[in-house]
Amino acid sequence: MKNLLEIKDLKVTFPTDDGFVHAVDGVSISVAPGETVAIVGESGSGKTVTSLSVIGLHNRRVTQISGSIIVNDKNESLDIVSAPLDKIRSYRGRVVSMIFQDPMSSLHPYYRIGSQLAEAYLVHNPGQKEAANKKAVEMLELVGIPEPQVRAKEYPHQFSGGMRQRVMIAMALMNDPAVLIADEPTTALDVTVQAQILQLLKDLQKKLNMGILLITHDLGVVAQVADRVSVMYAGRIVEQGNVDDIFYSPHAPYTLGLLKSVPRIGAKSSERLKAIPGQPPSLINLPTGCAFAPRCEYISLAPSGSCESLKPELLGSNSEHKSRCHVPEDKRDKTFAAEIKGARA
Amino acid sequence: MVVYGVFSILPFDPAALTCGQKCTPQVIEANRIKLGFDKPLWEQYWLFLSGIFLGRTYGAGSAEFSCPAPSFGYSFNENMCVTDMLKEALPVTINLAIGAFIIWIIVGVGLGLLAAKFRGRYPDTLSSVFVLLGTSLPTFVTGLFLLIYVSIKWKIVPLSLEGYKSLFDDPLGYFRYFILGWITLAIAYAAFYTRFTRATVLETLGEDYIRTARAKGLTERVVLLKHTMRAVLAPITTSAGLDIAGLIGGAIITESILNLAGLGRMTIQAVYEFDLSVVVATTMLAATVVITMNLIVDIAYGYLDPRVRMK
Repeated sequence: MKNLLEIKDLKVTFPTDDGFVHAVDGVSISVAPGETVAIVGESGSGKTVTSLSVIGLHNRRVTQISGSIIVNDKNESLDIVSAPLDKIRSYRGRVVSMIFQDPMSSLHPYYRIGSQLAEAYLVHNPGQKEAANKKAVEMLELVGIPEPQVRAKEYPHQFSGGMRQRVMIAMALMNDPAVLIADEPTTALDVTVQAQILQLLKDLQKKLNMGILLITHDLGVVAQVADRVSVMYAGRIVEQGNVDDIFYSPHAPYTLGLLKSVPRIGAKSSERLKAIPGQPPSLINLPTGCAFAPRCEYISLAPSGSCESLKPELLGSNSEHKSRCHVPEDKRDKTFAAEIKGARA
Repeated sequence: MVVYGVFSILPFDPAALTCGQKCTPQVIEANRIKLGFDKPLWEQYWLFLSGIFLGRTYGAGSAEFSCPAPSFGYSFNENMCVTDMLKEALPVTINLAIGAFIIWIIVGVGLGLLAAKFRGRYPDTLSSVFVLLGTSLPTFVTGLFLLIYVSIKWKIVPLSLEGYKSLFDDPLGYFRYFILGWITLAIAYAAFYTRFTRATVLETLGEDYIRTARAKGLTERVVLLKHTMRAVLAPITTSAGLDIAGLIGGAIITESILNLAGLGRMTIQAVYEFDLSVVVATTMLAATVVITMNLIVDIAYGYLDPRVRMK
């Protein structure tokens, strides 16, 4: 099946007072219908910038962007990187929708929920006020808001955080988009509400057969909903593969580090969480070699000097599972598998 | 009451001021009794208060005269009930304040929006020049400048010598009377509103819900003029309400310079002439207007911001 979203070699750079920030550096990701692709990474790894550029919401005046972001709809397609703003705008909310991290501040405090939803419909179907209002109530019902007719006339402050995120989802789906970008949709929510929202997203995805690009730093969320995963570090993808590959046989030292830093139920109380030592590199002056090298425990396994001087390529014996590392894959397989086993024992 | 107190302890005799230079002690005594200054202070205050609601009668017999309720006292200097003086001055001040308000809101908010939209570019720079000039030039400079150049030297707006004209009787005379005052006040206030609008708009544009609006596919125009302006409206209303209230209390400098017969000029004259009842009345009026405006702003806030709306 044709991919809905095809990001190829995306590079995003923007100027700051200290110099150019290379926020995204050669990222390629694709999303097929009905598929959930997760981008995982810590703060500042470029995942949010990636997601914002997919909808063309990066600061267009100062940002330098290259590569391509092809969005395929039923019978039209568009390269967001090179398209004019008017064209991108006609895609926003209709073909590609986005939900944001903080539902508390993402809804306009002065407009009624119903009219905010209807507005999303009216942008792309001008003049159809009645249909818009009807659709708004329908969508509220779909995302599980009780008494949608009544609630549509209320204001955001009358909704709880979880309910507001449901409203955001309803708003994003007003025009049955092909792709939904979810930028940390559950980060600001309680854990129980988190699970409900994720379940809701999954159900809606099945119903509407849309592709979801999920941005998160929470491996638990990834395990719950993602089909494929891209792990980002310092603006680049360090490992890409199926969710099982990533969790059971990680190939990149950074992925392994992430997995080891997750607390587990049943761990001995004497066992401490293994944080990855050091800090992520500045995106202004990236090291010449592997960006993760200064924090990596496995440098000794790689050919000497390669980690410090050469950027590793995204490679893999299996085209579905690639990673960036100078350590030979067979060596990594053995060592990492043992570590994962040890950690799970 | 504070005003009343302050003026009562000042070291001069109010009764002595009621007649001119050729005053005999007898006349002063007669006036003192006529105006009630012979009574103890608390009783004077009581008479003043009850006068507001019941009206007040001065003197007795053939010399008797009265100021009907609401009476704020009697001004000997003008030989008029203060209430009648207020009735003459208030429309001038209100028209001055509202006209200036209309100009400054349009100019200030408009420029502020432009500056925010073209932040760091030409319109922004120009508007900040305007803000700088507007905030640093006091009204007695802009007012005099306008008077000298626009009216006297360039004769663009002829000097208005006929006094206040109502808008409905003589629209041209009305505009001629007020236009300089409006511009003088508007320049000062518009500068502040430009800066204020620019700052609030920029702050709002950074909000998450503005990003949501853009993500819906709305055009930049709708995002700015609908979503952003809606959020900026509330703080601007607050500010505008209080500023209008302040102006209705009397734009003393502007009215004095441009010779507008409003409350401000009346007050300052009364202060020079120790005309106690007038000063008390205008001060009270100003205070009442500020309080009322505060109330109105609070009520308006309920409509503007659903979060403070009452159930």
